[in-house]
Amino acid sequence: MTDIQLWTLVFVVLTFGVYIYVAYASRVSTTSGFYVAGGGIPAPANGAAIAADWMSAASFISMAGLIALAYNGYSGAAYLMGWTGGYVLLALLLAPYLRKFGKFTIPDFVGDRYNESARLIAVVCAVVVSLTYVVGQMAGVGVVFSRFLSVDTSVGVLIGMAIVFFYAVLGGMKGITWTQVCQYSVLIVAYLIPAVAVSTKITGIPMPQIGFGQILDELEALQAQLGFGEYTAALTGSDQFNMFLLTATLMFGTAGLPHVIVRFYTAKNVRAARYSALWALFFIALLYTTAPTVAAFAKFNILSESQAGNLADQSWFATWADVSLITGVDGGPVRDLNGNGAIEFTGGAGNEVMINNDILVLASPEIGGLPAPIVGLVAAGALAAALSTASGLLLVISSAVANDVYHKRINRQATQQRQLVVARIAMAVAVLVAGYLGINPPGFAAQVVALAFGLAAASFFPALVLGIFWKKCTAAGAAAGMATGLAVTAAYFIWTLPEDSAWFFLGNDPILGIAPVGFGFIGMVVNFVVTVVVSQFTRKPSAQMQELVEEVRYPGRTELVAAHARGEIAD
Amino acid sequence: MDERVRRDYWRRNLRLMAVLLAVWALVAFGAGIFFADLLNNIEVIGIPLGFWFANQGSILVFLGLIAVYVWRMDKLDKEYGIDEYEEEVHVD
Repeated sequence: MTDIQLWTLVFVVLTFGVYIYVAYASRVSTTSGFYVAGGGIPAPANGAAIAADWMSAASFISMAGLIALAYNGYSGAAYLMGWTGGYVLLALLLAPYLRKFGKFTIPDFVGDRYNESARLIAVVCAVVVSLTYVVGQMAGVGVVFSRFLSVDTSVGVLIGMAIVFFYAVLGGMKGITWTQVCQYSVLIVAYLIPAVAVSTKITGIPMPQIGFGQILDELEALQAQLGFGEYTAALTGSDQFNMFLLTATLMFGTAGLPHVIVRFYTAKNVRAARYSALWALFFIALLYTTAPTVAAFAKFNILSESQAGNLADQSWFATWADVSLITGVDGGPVRDLNGNGAIEFTGGAGNEVMINNDILVLASPEIGGLPAPIVGLVAAGALAAALSTASGLLLVISSAVANDVYHKRINRQATQQRQLVVARIAMAVAVLVAGYLGINPPGFAAQVVALAFGLAAASFFPALVLGIFWKKCTAAGAAAGMATGLAVTAAYFIWTLPEDSAWFFLGNDPILGIAPVGFGFIGMVVNFVVTVVVSQFTRKPSAQMQELVEEVRYPGRTELVAAHARGEIAD
Repeated sequence: MDERVRRDYWRRNLRLMAVLLAVWALVAFGAGIFFADLLNNIEVIGIPLGFWFANQGSILVFLGLIAVYVWRMDKLDKEYGIDEYEEEVHVD
């Protein structure tokens, strides 16, 4: 066992032990505890939990690599702005009002505000969005285990499943929330330490957000010498428009993702819901302002080494080539194609190396020459990011099944004990399905994850916002809007799926050059239009419902909302 | 709270939201995307400004916007005498 493996094992065992202990200490016995942690989580803790819930394997492992390699700098910022800007929408448009409404799930709000068919559409959206998302998390857990501890990917996924199973089934939202607070601490420390160390080493400035300005000129020069496009150059024309669409889709999608929105139900009160959003974005911003600096420093190091001709001599290069995440341009082993004795990474025809986006963060401590304990810590951080997001998503699935389908549609008389049993069974099944898909990911998994945001933006966001801000929005309008938004977005996506990624024929050209990942924004606009138009011609909500919406807009206690909560008002 | 006072509270809430969302859109889509090329002509601590807004500035502004919102809403609540917040979790 190498030093790195030993330290990784130490950190993984240590952090998993903490998660299990915390979960055991916060186990629950009521439905309200299981679904929304009894609504008693203080704002800073809730903010940290939202941050961990939100920052997935994609944020932790992939984002910096996406920016540096796949998007070559500037245009990768669509992810940075998209995944943070959504919190402004959440804080201003949704969080306080949903907390005042005070239900268990997002379909709960949709079902109460509109009607039962709208609830079922919402259940379908919530389950589809969450399931597609959770597959990527499980796969991420497998990658980390296989790389750092040399175990089989499937075994890694199984270990991850066992841990999530234990604390999610036992503790529900309460267990998940307090575990996520710990997981946030682990992942942010793991992300910041190497970033600060690398910045200090290269520029002498311990704050990477400032430090990376020092190397941009040199990076730009290296990019030019090696045939890459300009790193900081802005986009123009249709590229610029697609970046706008992608950014907007990610923002509105963030504000429509059920596992994030449900978090505001767990806040102590309306005021705490507002503060939760603030804390959440603060915690997220720590990582998101650091990610582009990790990208710039790593690219700078890699290009310098390529320029100096000693890229292939680096120890990290060999380790990642061993697991085929660094390959030759043809996907095979790395070879010195032009026979000049050096492996070169360039943006032109002479390129000899393909570097997988996902290794940039995991390898960054090694690229920066940091000691083994830090490498182990980064592995534990990546696991924390993946597991925390997976548990939040699994809770959405289990609560949609147990609360919105079983309790509200099948057996309204079910006792709390009975509902909890169903919720736990649903959770267990969801863990098994997610694990299975993590081990055998469908061929077009990556595209489907991108679709999750488009679907969330095109389905939930308009229904939620109009439900609060427009008293006369009708049930038929919202149901039609959600169904159309969902259908249009999914159809465009399927229409443009690359031919080789699906078993059915596709591969059509995008209409007007609109990239499918950015189509969710257009689906959302369609949803808004349909909802407003249909609402003009269908039966208005009852006077009492309009009064209820009115009351949801005030943060203080009001009688009607309380009566509705006690079930004294018929749906 | 009577009807008129409530309407007043809601209107002030909406006005605050409109201002904050306008800044949100201007910074993210304006400074970060559509005017990024123009702003890149200016450099601050070695970083072209449009690139900086897309990578760092917009995130800091988003954080600032939520901070202002939370602070102003606290003030508004106090002004309208809302000190008891809804805390129940609703069980059917």
